[in-house]
Amino acid sequence: MGGSASLLPRDALGEYQELTFLSKQEILLAYKRFSELLPKQERENACSARVPKSHILTLPELRANPFQHRICHVFSTSEAGDNSMSFEDFLAMLSGVSVALPKGTFPVPTDFDDDGTLDRKDLEQLVNCLTGQGEESRLSRAEMEQLIQNILEESDINKDGTINLSEFQHVVSRSPDFASSFKIVL
Amino acid sequence: MPKHEKSTEGNDGSGDNEEGSAAENEENVKGTDKGRKRATPRTARGHGRGRARHGDEENEDDEDGTRRAGHHRHRNRRRGRAAGNEGSDSDAEAAKARKNQANQKSKEDDEEEEDGKGGKSGKGKNEKKVDKKPDKKGKKEKANKKKKDKKKSGSGSDSDSEEEPITEEELAKLKEEVEEKKKLIATLRNKPWKMKKKLSVLKEAQLFVEKFEGALGKGKGKKFYAYKVMMTKKWMKFQRDFENFKTACIPWEMKIKEIESHFGSSVASYFIFLRWMYGINMILFGLTFGLVMVPEALMGKPYGSLPRKTVPRAEEATAMNFATLWDFSGFAQYSVLFYGYYNNQRTIGWLKFRMPLSYFLVGVGTIGYSFMIVIRTMARNANDDGGGDDTSFNFSWKMFTSWDYLIGNPETADNKFASITTSFKEAIVEEQESRKEENIHLTRFLRVLANFLALCTLAGSGYLIFFVVRRSQKFALEGLENYGWWERNEVNMVMSLLGMFCPTLFDVISSLENYHPRIALRWQLGRIFALFLGNLYTFIIALMDEINLKLEEEKIVKYNMTIWEASLYNGTIPENSTAPPIQVDPADVPRGPCWETMVGQEFVRLTVSDTMTTYITILIGDFLRAVFVRFFNYCWCWDLEYGFPSYSEFDISGNVLGLIFNQGMIWMGSFYAPCLPAINVFRLHTSMYLQCWAVMCCNVPQERVFKASRSNNFYMAMLLFILFLSTLPAVYTIVSIPPSFDCGPFSGKTRMFEVISETLEHDFPSWFGKVFGYASNPGLILPFILLMVLSIYYLNATSKSYKEANLELKKKLQSQAEENKRRNKQKAQKSNEQEENPFETEPPKPKGGKQDESTPNQDNKKGQDGNESKKTGQPQEASSSQVLQHPSLAPSSHYPPQSQAGNLPPPSIAVTRPPGPRRYGMPGYPPGNPCFPGPQPGMPRGPHNCR
Repeated sequence: MGGSASLLPRDALGEYQELTFLSKQEILLAYKRFSELLPKQERENACSARVPKSHILTLPELRANPFQHRICHVFSTSEAGDNSMSFEDFLAMLSGVSVALPKGTFPVPTDFDDDGTLDRKDLEQLVNCLTGQGEESRLSRAEMEQLIQNILEESDINKDGTINLSEFQHVVSRSPDFASSFKIVL
Repeated sequence: MPKHEKSTEGNDGSGDNEEGSAAENEENVKGTDKGRKRATPRTARGHGRGRARHGDEENEDDEDGTRRAGHHRHRNRRRGRAAGNEGSDSDAEAAKARKNQANQKSKEDDEEEEDGKGGKSGKGKNEKKVDKKPDKKGKKEKANKKKKDKKKSGSGSDSDSEEEPITEEELAKLKEEVEEKKKLIATLRNKPWKMKKKLSVLKEAQLFVEKFEGALGKGKGKKFYAYKVMMTKKWMKFQRDFENFKTACIPWEMKIKEIESHFGSSVASYFIFLRWMYGINMILFGLTFGLVMVPEALMGKPYGSLPRKTVPRAEEATAMNFATLWDFSGFAQYSVLFYGYYNNQRTIGWLKFRMPLSYFLVGVGTIGYSFMIVIRTMARNANDDGGGDDTSFNFSWKMFTSWDYLIGNPETADNKFASITTSFKEAIVEEQESRKEENIHLTRFLRVLANFLALCTLAGSGYLIFFVVRRSQKFALEGLENYGWWERNEVNMVMSLLGMFCPTLFDVISSLENYHPRIALRWQLGRIFALFLGNLYTFIIALMDEINLKLEEEKIVKYNMTIWEASLYNGTIPENSTAPPIQVDPADVPRGPCWETMVGQEFVRLTVSDTMTTYITILIGDFLRAVFVRFFNYCWCWDLEYGFPSYSEFDISGNVLGLIFNQGMIWMGSFYAPCLPAINVFRLHTSMYLQCWAVMCCNVPQERVFKASRSNNFYMAMLLFILFLSTLPAVYTIVSIPPSFDCGPFSGKTRMFEVISETLEHDFPSWFGKVFGYASNPGLILPFILLMVLSIYYLNATSKSYKEANLELKKKLQSQAEENKRRNKQKAQKSNEQEENPFETEPPKPKGGKQDESTPNQDNKKGQDGNESKKTGQPQEASSSQVLQHPSLAPSSHYPPQSQAGNLPPPSIAVTRPPGPRRYGMPGYPPGNPCFPGPQPGMPRGPHNCR
């Protein structure tokens, strides 16, 4: 840890602490993990380098996550659109799903088509993500319909057939599991 | 100050200034995304503009440009609004700026005159007068000071005032701005922006604060202000360092996180609980070790000086044998580890340490501290739950929060997938209520059967313990020397074995019931709890019997003692009875049975044997099984890994309960065996490592993974219950059984708590004793208890009424949401008709726009939580000039759920805004425009597929 600590400048460390919900140790650890993802020759300037998506996804915490692509997509600031990540994106990702998160800031990567609301298609995709790839674990058509219907009944307060952000926050912030589940721990 | 400004702004500004200033930083930053370079916070921007546009005209501006710019900006805003021209076109602004300056100058001249009147007789007086002012007007002080300083140094007051046009208003404004910047820095992490933007904003804000913080304090207050600022900075830094230090101090953090990522949060919750327990035991250990054991060892009479501190002659031969020591008798029995060793001397050593009192208070303090910490933790957990009692979002929660983001292991992830699927299916089935009738009957029958079986097991184990304890008493009466190891340790072994096998049995039984795992866990916990409780109480009852026996024995010994003493005197010095008593080796003195030490020993033995069984279970049940499965799988006729033995799962409920009961024994026994917390600390420490290792190397993730967040308080409630149950016998023995006559710190007293009255008598003035006597009078205590009951009742009633109010609010919210929705739909339809191509052309702003927009702002301001999250009504500048608007201001901070739906879609916006920048909260989203992706909040991304 000491070695990597010296690599990350002190003032940058302080700034990152201001900007994220992570503690010093966590940032240092994140830095270490991030630089491990980089090829050897790029390790010196890990702050400016970008890690391609395929490497990011080798992190065990993300590998098992059904939303991995979505998370990468959402947090990457890459111009090229290849979903690669810089260290800052990486930190933002960890902070965005961190422990001390104020309720409602981070909707799960649910809005698959980026249109700002959760419609039936999004919900369906979400359910498919959650139930995994296996054929036997998939829900049947009727079950899916029923499920989505129920969800919309519960959370679509203004009955427009989609769940918008505030509705989403309203629902999620009441959940007892919310704080404990929305975090990626390195 | 803000109030004052608001009043000057009149209706027009409608409080935009106050709230806008909080928002403006944010709003500016939003601007960066959208082409217009507005990234800098407001002041800087204003400054820049001022320079660019009318830098030539206002040379004097340069000296104190930025400060002035802030002022200008303020004025400009005001003016701009008054003119109804929010477009902020540069010409108008320049003109206005000039005008403003004129205004400002005249105003300052007025002030100058005012000052001048006071200062007729000389500068000194002037100063005095000005000095008085700040007391009344607060922040004015600095401004005046500043001016005064200038006057002193400069030549003419009028020209000076032109160069230094800082009014108190400006300064206050500046100060406010600095405060806002600070606030911005503090809340920056909540903002769903890109990291880069955050960084730049942070740097900007820090620079600003750095620059102007010093400028704020001038004159007399300057030093103090600078000092204050410095101290706040230092304090902040210290706090952060301390925070870092604290997190660095949390032990086993990485270990637990690793486990968390492999097994999900439920297994990790056990280890967190274990760690918490370790912390508590450390404190208990500190208490007993620091206040009882060490003082006695250092200052008390040394070993061998008294009969109670010496091994009796009969046991001397075996006192140092390992078997004896392992049994905590022999030498260990006559040491600081146990109650009997302590002397009843009132004060010991040169410190006059009140040993008996300290012993008593530590015993009470241990229990009191434990109660306090458990209840406090429970209350905190209850707060964290945050109204999770509401079941109206069953499906949505399943949907949105069921993934455990901590899972980092593919196998666990697979299990999680499966469990989510089943939970979905179950929920659907439950919702449809299409369960077949016979199915219900079968389930009911099975559940009844399961409960019956569990009850049988409980009764059987209770009887077994009772039987064993009775038998051991028989052995004890006949003398243990005639029996072997098994007979001596029968009770402990049987209890440990029961604790080992019964939970497994319950597990098998509970598989009959087919409950949801979370509910099944509760049942399982409840049953094991009953089992352990039964065992423990049978054990205690047996102990009580034994205590009574010892008390009987003690009477006989006392009688024998007198005979022995008499014979001693008679035998050796019959002629001189006044001579000093003969020196007898303390080991030869006959002594009583000392039931307290016996109780302590029993608890210590129980703890140790419990620990050993746990470890052995881990080694055999987990490790050896895993080794067997792993290596014999190559040469076995069926698949061992997926077939019968497979690897073991981590048994959360059993482990948690083991921990809780172990703690109960510590609480019960630590009064009679001060070493017990130390042993427990050691046990917890080793078991942390052992179990972490065992979990990582030989357990597989549970088949039905579930999250633990709800179980936490359940554990705590059980712990509290056990704490209560374990204090009962301890308190009973302390209060109602006379202490042994020849051992322990309370020997010679009729009851242990008499040490309090003794201390009151000797160490406190007499009036204190009197007061205490009055206070302990039942006439006072009974009303006090009554008062407490009443207050509990009152608090209960208030909490109920709060709950009702909550429900009421919820209803209101729903109806309001309905209404909003209706209105929105209408308006959205209207606007859809009006605007054909909303993305390229900027539709003219409807007339009602401004008013409509200002209303939500005001509402926000009034609302207690006036946070940015609901700033659906935007300050005008931003809304009209930017085609694409960043929606990110919507979800930036924490807000109470009640206020959410009410604020959902401010109805006005759907009409007054071009649909282009329509944000999340707005329904009636025009269909067929897939190319406008509102970026996700919290996911700071610009539109991606639309470029």
